[in-house]
Amino acid sequence: MKNYRIVLHIALLFVALAACRHDDEIFIPERVEVSKPEYSAVAGFYLLNEGNMGSNKCTLDRYDYSTGIYTRNIYGSANPSVPKELGDVGNDLAIYGSRLYAVVNCSNKIEVMDAASCVRIGQIDIPNCRYIRFHEGFAYVTSYAGPVVIDPEYEQLGFVAKIDTLTLREVARCTVGFQPDGLEIVDDKIYVANSGGYRVPNYECRLSVINLPSMTVEEEVDIDINLQHVQCDRYGGLWISSRGDYVESTSKLFCYDVRKRRIVAEIDVPVSNMVLQGDSLYIVSNAWSNVTMTDEPSYSIVDVVQKRVVCDNFITDGTDEAIRKPYGIAVNPVTKDILVTDARNYVNPGYLYCFGSDGVMRWSVRTGDIPAHIFFF
Amino acid sequence: MLFAPAAALQVAAADGGVASRLDSMQYLNEVVVERRSTSRDAVIPEQRLGGKKLESLNALSVADAIRYFSGAQIKDYGGVGGIKSIDIRSMGTNHVGVFYDGLQLGNAQNGQIDLGKFSLDNIEEISMYNGQKSNIFQPAKDFGAAGTIYLRTRQPRFAEGRRTHVKLTMRTGSFGLANPSLLVEQKLSDRVTANVSAEYTYATGRYRFRYRKVFSDGTLAWDTTATRRNGDIRSLRVEAALFGRLDDGKWNLKAYLYDSDKGIPGAIVNNVWKNSQRQWDCNFFVQGHLQKHLGKRYRFQVNAKYARDYMRYLNPDTTLMYIDNRFWQQELYVATAHNYAIVPDVWDANLSVDYQWNSLDASLRDFACPTRHSAWAALATAAQLGRLKVQASVLGTFVSDRALALAASGSSRRRSTSRHEWTPAAFVSYRAVASERNVLNLRAFAKRSFRMPTFNDLYYTDLGNASLRPEKVNQYDLGLQYTFASGNSHALFHGFNLSADGYYNHVTDKIIAVPKGNGQYRWMMMNLGQVRIWGADATAQANFRLPGDVYVDARLAYTYQLARDFSDPTDVADEAGTYKGQIAYIPRHSGSAVLHGAWRSIDLNYSFIYVGERYDNSSNIRANYVQPWYTHDISAGYSLRLGTVKLKAQLEVNNLLGQQYEVIRNYPMPGRNYRLTLSMEI
Repeated sequence: MKNYRIVLHIALLFVALAACRHDDEIFIPERVEVSKPEYSAVAGFYLLNEGNMGSNKCTLDRYDYSTGIYTRNIYGSANPSVPKELGDVGNDLAIYGSRLYAVVNCSNKIEVMDAASCVRIGQIDIPNCRYIRFHEGFAYVTSYAGPVVIDPEYEQLGFVAKIDTLTLREVARCTVGFQPDGLEIVDDKIYVANSGGYRVPNYECRLSVINLPSMTVEEEVDIDINLQHVQCDRYGGLWISSRGDYVESTSKLFCYDVRKRRIVAEIDVPVSNMVLQGDSLYIVSNAWSNVTMTDEPSYSIVDVVQKRVVCDNFITDGTDEAIRKPYGIAVNPVTKDILVTDARNYVNPGYLYCFGSDGVMRWSVRTGDIPAHIFFF
Repeated sequence: MLFAPAAALQVAAADGGVASRLDSMQYLNEVVVERRSTSRDAVIPEQRLGGKKLESLNALSVADAIRYFSGAQIKDYGGVGGIKSIDIRSMGTNHVGVFYDGLQLGNAQNGQIDLGKFSLDNIEEISMYNGQKSNIFQPAKDFGAAGTIYLRTRQPRFAEGRRTHVKLTMRTGSFGLANPSLLVEQKLSDRVTANVSAEYTYATGRYRFRYRKVFSDGTLAWDTTATRRNGDIRSLRVEAALFGRLDDGKWNLKAYLYDSDKGIPGAIVNNVWKNSQRQWDCNFFVQGHLQKHLGKRYRFQVNAKYARDYMRYLNPDTTLMYIDNRFWQQELYVATAHNYAIVPDVWDANLSVDYQWNSLDASLRDFACPTRHSAWAALATAAQLGRLKVQASVLGTFVSDRALALAASGSSRRRSTSRHEWTPAAFVSYRAVASERNVLNLRAFAKRSFRMPTFNDLYYTDLGNASLRPEKVNQYDLGLQYTFASGNSHALFHGFNLSADGYYNHVTDKIIAVPKGNGQYRWMMMNLGQVRIWGADATAQANFRLPGDVYVDARLAYTYQLARDFSDPTDVADEAGTYKGQIAYIPRHSGSAVLHGAWRSIDLNYSFIYVGERYDNSSNIRANYVQPWYTHDISAGYSLRLGTVKLKAQLEVNNLLGQQYEVIRNYPMPGRNYRLTLSMEI
């Protein structure tokens, strides 16, 4: 009869174990005090975590300078009635007027929220959307998913959508090159960096120039293969980064003068992400070395007037040793503090580092998965 | 139902695992004859499911049944056509060898076998071994894997005086399932039998799933129900086999064809509730086996196999990158094993030598078109010294790959790489108690094994890394098995069996994907992972005979696994650090319970599966938390004999309480679902 008792005990153990499933709760944002309060014209910033593809872990974090508190994963509790939260793979973030726009690539939408509360206002459905810019009440978004033509040889072009920010409706569309990524609006023209990422190894090399009032392509300029980011300085210099083909052709930086309509500088600096602040272009990168089989991160500054690298490593205190994979970058326009995100291995939580303008780390904090896009408010 | 309890229980006792042959009278005599304990038996018995138990279990595919084994975790993406792969003792899917009628199923491309593809329709028995099948008379490859699953299809057998046996089965139920199958068995001569088995599966794969979240006070935040789409499948399986008996030997020859067209349901994420990717598979193989005694001391076996596999993956979604990739694989395998009884029934030695050739071609640009020559040689010995059984083996593996390497100039040339490994294993068991009714065996094993990098790891465009080393595992296991047999066929309590093991596994040079360079989500395979696993498995089962011809058997399995990620000692910052975190999708606690009752021609079965809380990442934070899940399944079967015709009906209700759960994040599993099986045997 002893055996009965053993069976009974094991059965009871199961009952005990089985009793621990509970309802899924809305994620309560995690608040971390990372720094002393600071007061300037910049009140804080939002950080968009991309989340690995298929994980639905695109999350939004927020930092408030006045409290020094970093708050992780705020979307869920601000919008408790939205099924499956913010979505899959965030790709860009911006505030325009009183609204916050998050481009969520694999959820095929732009989430529109109130910039103060992050409460959802609506969404704009754009398949495979990439980057966003604003101009005179309209949002312009690049997308890989251009028109489909029934032709076996046809390869799909991308487009730029024009969206009315009041109605959240698409009002015009302009077909551009293959897999357009970054865009910049200068003097009634949209400059679009086409990557051709789906056409390996026949990457794109064109910059599409769209006439803004007519929403038609008026010019295509050959720059380099696999273009990604584009930002304009105050002298009309359009800074364009190329990813290269990851094998022979390396990532580079180009300056295209929008008035002279030609390339005026080519700088041999790899670019993963970049941000312009004043006359300084802050760049982070991970050049892969086939010799050491590791990434070689770099943190450089390009002076847009001199058009050359003026700083090889803006981190001066050795913190760069701790950063695995610098991914996103932003510079506080007032304090000039530099924010660098570490995406680590893409599947674990990343980190955000804040450096003073002297390159000394002021604080760091854990973020969501693949912290990438920062926008100050 | 006829019963021979005493003999049957001895079978169960000696076999350890599941007393599956309890009710198959046809086998009993043969089994009992074989049951003399000798040096030729497995030192450590397997876990096994077969016969009526397997039939009455609520399982459609092999993967569904393996969930009941302790130590096994199934990665299940949901639905009839969803991928289901197995992980034994947290060492990773690539360390599991799956053998179909004795020979290993290969997939040189990614090293993983989708067990959802194998229906239980003609599977008679599933066995799972930790370490290896500790039975030395086997091909060298069988010594290789860290854990092995053996699937045995039905062997022809005939009622007294009959030469033909036909079985027709029809399954239907939820997910729009239509699953007819046919089995024909024919006695060709006294020594040769043949069978043909064919099965067609159609399912829409549609089911309702529900996601909901609540506020911390329990009030509802959101609740949404949708239909799972693009999980449809159409598949055809045809098998034909010949079985022959020789003087002091046997042989068989088998051909297998599987063809399928299915949707890949994909992850459910915000704003995306439907996907459109598709996959086509065509797998074909022929295999043969011959084994024979020559003289009293020497016996040998020869095995051969040729396999061709085709796979096509299509992403027709015009908003995403258009992909239409085709892959072709070939495999040729020959194996011999030679066993010599140095002292008959006491001490055996075995030498096995295998050779295999693999190739992979793909419709990808600049594809490396790898080919692989592998050779294995295993030397093993087994001895029975009174109550002590020992076995030791050493396996040498020699692999040479050739692949096209793209040179800087754009031209390509063939490049060869060779790898070899020596892996030893030792198994020991000691019969501590051996009374008439009680048997207690103590056992231990230590084994080193590895997995070769797959073709995808090495050569996949951009991601592959040709300089990878094999991924290694050291396993140490200590366990016991206790068996009680009442020996009295009228006793209420028939028998009881308990197995328990504690183990430690150490995986080094684990092949993991790490980010590479500037591109968004560009990866490269590297030997950077390290996992340490401390675990315990226990299985208990008991058989009862209640008054009024009621037979009841119960089975409980429990698994504890502490599988910690030791890959990156620097990743310790706050609680989100991955160092020493529980690895992805491995629960600390999991288990199952099965209660099966039989009364005359009625069978009832209840089964329960529990998988505890998990994380989808070694960073064990709340954002990565995945809920535990547990399902209750019931089934009832009734068989009827009309002259020579045997009819059977079985109704299953799975996930009786309709729990909404996920095995893999964003892949919702079906709620309550039904299946009806009707079969007719002539």
